[in-house]
Amino acid sequence: MTGNTETSTGTSTETSSLTTSDRRPLLELRGLGKRYGSVTALSDVDMMVHAGEVVALVGDNGAGKSTLVKAIAGSHQTDSGVIALDGRPAHIGSPSDAARLGIETVYQDLALCDNLDVVANLFLGREERRGPFRRFLAAGTMRRRAEQVIRELAVTLPSLDRPVASLSGGQRQAVAVCRAVLWGSRLVLLDEPTAALGVEQTAMVYGLVRGLRERGLGVLVISHNLSDVFAIADRIVVLRLGKVAGVFDPKRDSVDAVVSAITGGNVVAGAGVA
Amino acid sequence: MSTDMNAESKAVTRRALHNPARPAVTGPNRLRFAGTTWRRPEIRLSWLSRLSDGDLGPLPVIIGLAVIWVFFAYADPHFLTARNLSNLILQMAVLGTISLGLVTVLVMGEIDLSVAAVSGFCGGIFAIGLQHGWPAPVMIVVALLAGAVIGLLQGSIATLLGIPSFVVTLTGLLVWQGLLLLVIGDQGDVAISDPFIRSIANSYLTPASGWALGAVLVAGFVAMTAAKVRAERSNPGHGLSLAAGAWRVSMVVVAVVVTVAVLNSYFGVPWLLVILVSLTLLATLVMSQTPLGRHIYAIGGNRDAARRAGIKVLGVVVLVFVIGATLASFAGILDASRQFSVSNGAGGGDLELNAIAAVVIGGTSLFGGRGKPYHALLGALVVGSVSNGLDLLGQSAGVQDAATGLILLVAVSLDAFTRRRRIAAGRAG
Repeated sequence: MTGNTETSTGTSTETSSLTTSDRRPLLELRGLGKRYGSVTALSDVDMMVHAGEVVALVGDNGAGKSTLVKAIAGSHQTDSGVIALDGRPAHIGSPSDAARLGIETVYQDLALCDNLDVVANLFLGREERRGPFRRFLAAGTMRRRAEQVIRELAVTLPSLDRPVASLSGGQRQAVAVCRAVLWGSRLVLLDEPTAALGVEQTAMVYGLVRGLRERGLGVLVISHNLSDVFAIADRIVVLRLGKVAGVFDPKRDSVDAVVSAITGGNVVAGAGVA
Repeated sequence: MSTDMNAESKAVTRRALHNPARPAVTGPNRLRFAGTTWRRPEIRLSWLSRLSDGDLGPLPVIIGLAVIWVFFAYADPHFLTARNLSNLILQMAVLGTISLGLVTVLVMGEIDLSVAAVSGFCGGIFAIGLQHGWPAPVMIVVALLAGAVIGLLQGSIATLLGIPSFVVTLTGLLVWQGLLLLVIGDQGDVAISDPFIRSIANSYLTPASGWALGAVLVAGFVAMTAAKVRAERSNPGHGLSLAAGAWRVSMVVVAVVVTVAVLNSYFGVPWLLVILVSLTLLATLVMSQTPLGRHIYAIGGNRDAARRAGIKVLGVVVLVFVIGATLASFAGILDASRQFSVSNGAGGGDLELNAIAAVVIGGTSLFGGRGKPYHALLGALVVGSVSNGLDLLGQSAGVQDAATGLILLVAVSLDAFTRRRRIAAGRAG
């Protein structure tokens, strides 16, 4: 099985090197490791995300996805290995470190204030100010910037003045993603972006992710849902028991190959790689 | 055909969602169909949709107030006289000031059970200082600072030790009431003889200045509404229609003109009303136009999200408790001015519960995240009207409390109902 994993990794690296040949990866993880007591959550994980690339991170429960995301988002520290941005090793000690480096995480719960409107949510904690001693909200400026980013991402929202409680699940997801873009992030982590969404809303989120890619952002999608992954990802990284169990190209590799990498099952299905 | 594809892709997605390890998807192409089909109609901003969203505005409390006034006007011809309405305003000023601070606390999703006791205690300190010959301006500053320190103390204990504000301020209620009893002691009460302090609650504007102030108020409101109407022109859906703007302006004009005319036919517009309205306007400015106000709403809406967005939640929470207690202390000074004395039971009785009742009746949610400063004014007017009217009818304090309780029940039920609607509306998408 190990041999097969290496083969698939090799194949996909070749594939991606055709498209992103001379570019330095936006995010590169080298030999990342994390233990919780006697439990190994991550072990020697290598991975990269280029600008303008959507990478999907899949794996079963307990495969180490959330540990990896928390390490990149700055909420957890790893024990070993290097996280590099633009080729330079970066210390991500806290979520604000991550924000400063241009990494925004859209968590599954979205972290929106339901009682505030869209604009207020987009600028929450980073309000534009004006007036004497810059004590007042610059409502006009914030609205214009909000409208701009919403237009650029081609998001449809009924109104910017209504509490986000009145928005649908997909629209709320869109608001959270717009916030990440607005704050000038270069790498967006999406944690289970379609977990609670219907078909139509899911499609809207797919469009949004493609919009991020077109803007040249790096996107790392964590998902349970293989239809998501095959619909939007440029590359699929499978984690299993804290290790990278394969890297796949959704255009060439089959769902079965990915599934067997996730479950550690039948290696014959991995033939889809070849 | 499109419906077939839809149903099928929906089923596929559902299977994939529920069984991620064995997705029955044949490839990404199949799912693309899902994106191109139906779109939900956009939400209309009609009153009906506001009702279904659980956002009723001031309408319920204004209707309730009208019902109460019609009832008392019918039951007792003295109720709607200029003299009684002027009294009513003096009676509600202390309650309104306490409630104003409580609005910000409740919006943040916290509660302060100590504000009435704080108003009594600070009023007591104030009166004793005056009794010992301290100048009134100094004692005003001392009393307000005492309130601020109490708020700082209670807010810090609640946030740093992680004790629910309900418990911390309940402790405060007992402590401050007890301390007031100790400092005033067996005298029963401390008389206020300072002429300036006595004049605060017993002075009125001249008729001309009353009209001038009313005109300024109306002009300010017209300017604000006009800005919203212009915003609607340049950006449909984001402002106020001309008709809605005209409706609001005419309501405010009628309210201001009637109030000033009625009060001028007695002694004039009371200074207490000027103070209360000014404080309410100031609070409105802070809550709606400053980052601090926005952060208070954010904390009430989703404290965790506010924290993750980089808002210094603990600092804001403590600050709001400071604001609440300082306003309470100011209310204590106003009460001392109105009564010409501070008793050892000041701020006791039903004042605290009436203040909370007023805020909720005015339309501020007990669940946090929703509420406006003017709710304190409207709610205090309702609570004040009920006790004033029942007083006129010669009803006992027991009947007054029961009546206020029933109105509170109606208000809280409305709050809970609209909240359920909001949640339903939020999830319905």
